[in-house]
Amino acid sequence: MSEHYLLRHRSVPHIDRLDVYRSQGGFEAFHKAVTSLKPGEVIEEIKKSGLRGRGGAGFPTGTKWGFLPNTLWPHYVVANADESEPGTFKDHEILESNPFQFLEGLMIAAYAVQAQRAYIYLRGEFWQLAQALDQRIAQLEADGLLGEDIFGTDYSLRLFTHLGAGAYICGEETALLESLEGKLGQPRLRPPFPATAGLYNSPTVINNVETLTNVPLIIGRGADWFRSFGTDKSPGLKIFSLSGCVNRPGNYELPLGCTFRELIYDHGGGIVQDHAIKAIMAAGASSVLIAATPEALETPMDYETTLEKFGAPLGSASIIVLDETVNMAWLAFKTIGFFKHESCGKCTPCREGTFWMNQIATRIMRGKATRADIHLLENVAQQIQGKCLCALGEFSIMAVLSSLKLFAKDFEQLIKVEHDG
Amino acid sequence: MKKLAELYEDEIQVILAKYPDEQKRSAVMPLLYLAQRASGRISQEAMQEIAEILDIAITDVASIVGFYSLFHEEPGGRYRIQVCTDLPCALRGADAFLRQLCDLLGVEVGETTADGLFTIEEVKCLAACHRAPVFQVQNGDGLEYHENQTIDTARLVIDELRLRAQKPPGGAA
Repeated sequence: MSEHYLLRHRSVPHIDRLDVYRSQGGFEAFHKAVTSLKPGEVIEEIKKSGLRGRGGAGFPTGTKWGFLPNTLWPHYVVANADESEPGTFKDHEILESNPFQFLEGLMIAAYAVQAQRAYIYLRGEFWQLAQALDQRIAQLEADGLLGEDIFGTDYSLRLFTHLGAGAYICGEETALLESLEGKLGQPRLRPPFPATAGLYNSPTVINNVETLTNVPLIIGRGADWFRSFGTDKSPGLKIFSLSGCVNRPGNYELPLGCTFRELIYDHGGGIVQDHAIKAIMAAGASSVLIAATPEALETPMDYETTLEKFGAPLGSASIIVLDETVNMAWLAFKTIGFFKHESCGKCTPCREGTFWMNQIATRIMRGKATRADIHLLENVAQQIQGKCLCALGEFSIMAVLSSLKLFAKDFEQLIKVEHDG
Repeated sequence: MKKLAELYEDEIQVILAKYPDEQKRSAVMPLLYLAQRASGRISQEAMQEIAEILDIAITDVASIVGFYSLFHEEPGGRYRIQVCTDLPCALRGADAFLRQLCDLLGVEVGETTADGLFTIEEVKCLAACHRAPVFQVQNGDGLEYHENQTIDTARLVIDELRLRAQKPPGGAA
C-alpha cells in the first residue's frame, strides 16, 4: 500500500494516540512555526504551496488567512467539521483516526493569524468524535502544547469543540458562525466577509478539516514537497470519498488530477455486478450529473478541469457513481428531498422552490405526473437559479437540471407507465 | 422537576467557560443538549431556565429547538433509531433496510413502539455513505453510529438496547 499523508493512520497504526503521533514527528511543525517563524512567514509558505480549501470552494487557503486585518482584534479560527454533504465522509475518517494532525493544522492556522481561541464546529451527529477531541485537547494542554506561553513564547492558544444539532446549512460558513453564536443556522448577507466581521463580529478564518490536516505537512515538509503532488493549479493530495454503485466504496487519498477511471476502477474495484456505468456526481448531492462516457472517465479530477469540461465543480471531491439501473428522475427526487429538508427557510426562492420541486418530483415518482409536470419542474428549478442567498438553493437544482438535460427519457419512462397502464 | 442548575452545576460552568464572557448566548446549544439528557426531550421549563442563564428570551431558545433536528420537544422512544436514506445510502439498499426495520419493530417511520423504547426516524446524510445501510441511535445521553447494517445485525443492536434499558440509569454494569 502506498504511503498516506492525510489518512496517515493507514500507514502508521495508532497515530490517534498522542505518544505515537509525537514519535512520528507530530507537533514539530507547530513547534517550528511558533518558535522560529513569524506569523506572516507561515502564511507565505501556505500561499506558496497553493493549498486550496478542501471543503468544496477550492479557495486558496493562504490568501484567506492573509485577508485578516491587523487593525481589528481578537482574531478567531474556526474549523468546519460539519461534514453533511451526501456522499462526503472524509473529515469523519480524519477526525476519527488521524485527529492530532488535524488539531496541529488548526493550531498552526491559529498561530498564523494570531488567534488565541479557536473553535471546532462539529455536526451534532459527531457527538462521539467531539467527546474524543475534548479528551485529546486536554492531553495537549497537559503536555504544554496548548495554553499559556506555548514553548516559552508569549503565544497562548485554547481550543474548544462546539456541537451542532443536525442542520446541513451550518456547513455554509456564515450559517456556521450564526450557529456558533447561539442563533439559527442561517447564512448572513455578504459583505462583510468573515475575514473582517466573522465570529462575534471579529476577523475570522474558517477552514475545513481536511484543509487544516494538510497544514502540518506543508510547514513541516515545505511548499515544494506539497507541490510535488497534483497539478500546477490544483496541487497536493486530496481525499476522494467514493460511494454509490461501486465494489469498494470508501475514502481514497490520491493526487489531484487523477482520473475518474483510476478512482472508480483501479481503486474502487469497478461497478457492482459488472453493470454499465451511467453517470457520475463529482461533488456529492450538490453535483451536476456527468454522463459517464469513456472520454468523461479519462477526465482529470482537479478544481479546473471538471468545471471547464462539464460545468461540474469538483467541490469536496465526493464521487457518487450511478450505474445503468439507476433512474435519474428517482435520483433528482432523492436530492430534492434532501435540499427541501435542509433549506433553512431564510430566502424565498430556496424555501419555496425546493418545496415545490419536491411536490412535483413526488408526483413523478408516484407515476401521477403528466408531461407538463416535467416542464414545470424545470421551470421551478430555473426560477431558483441565481436568486438565493447562499449556495444551498443553487445546489438543489444541479442534479435536477442536469438529469433533465442528459436523461430526459428516465423522466418520460415514469410518465408512460401511468398512461400506458 | 429538578432544575438544570442543580443537576449539572459543574457542567454548566464548563460550558459557559468555552465562550467569551459577553457571548454567553453561544452556550445555548450545549445547554439544550444537557436539558435533553435526562428525559430525551426538552421541556418548556428547561427552555425558560436556559433563557435565564443566558439572559435571552425564551422564544430565542425555542426557535433553536425548532430549527435543529437533533433537539426534540415532543416525547419519543427512549432510543431514537435514525436511518439515513439519502442518495448514496439509498443506492446501497437503505430504503429497503428501513422498511425491514419498521416491520421488525412493528411501527412506521415516526412512530414509537408500545413499550416506549424505540422511535424510528428517517434522517439525512450521516457522513458514512460507504458503510450503508447506516443508522444512529440517539438517546438522552448521546449518539452512536451503527454501520454496514443488515436486518440481522440491527436485530442484535436492538436486543442489546433492550437489555441496556433494563439497567438502572447511570448504574454500573
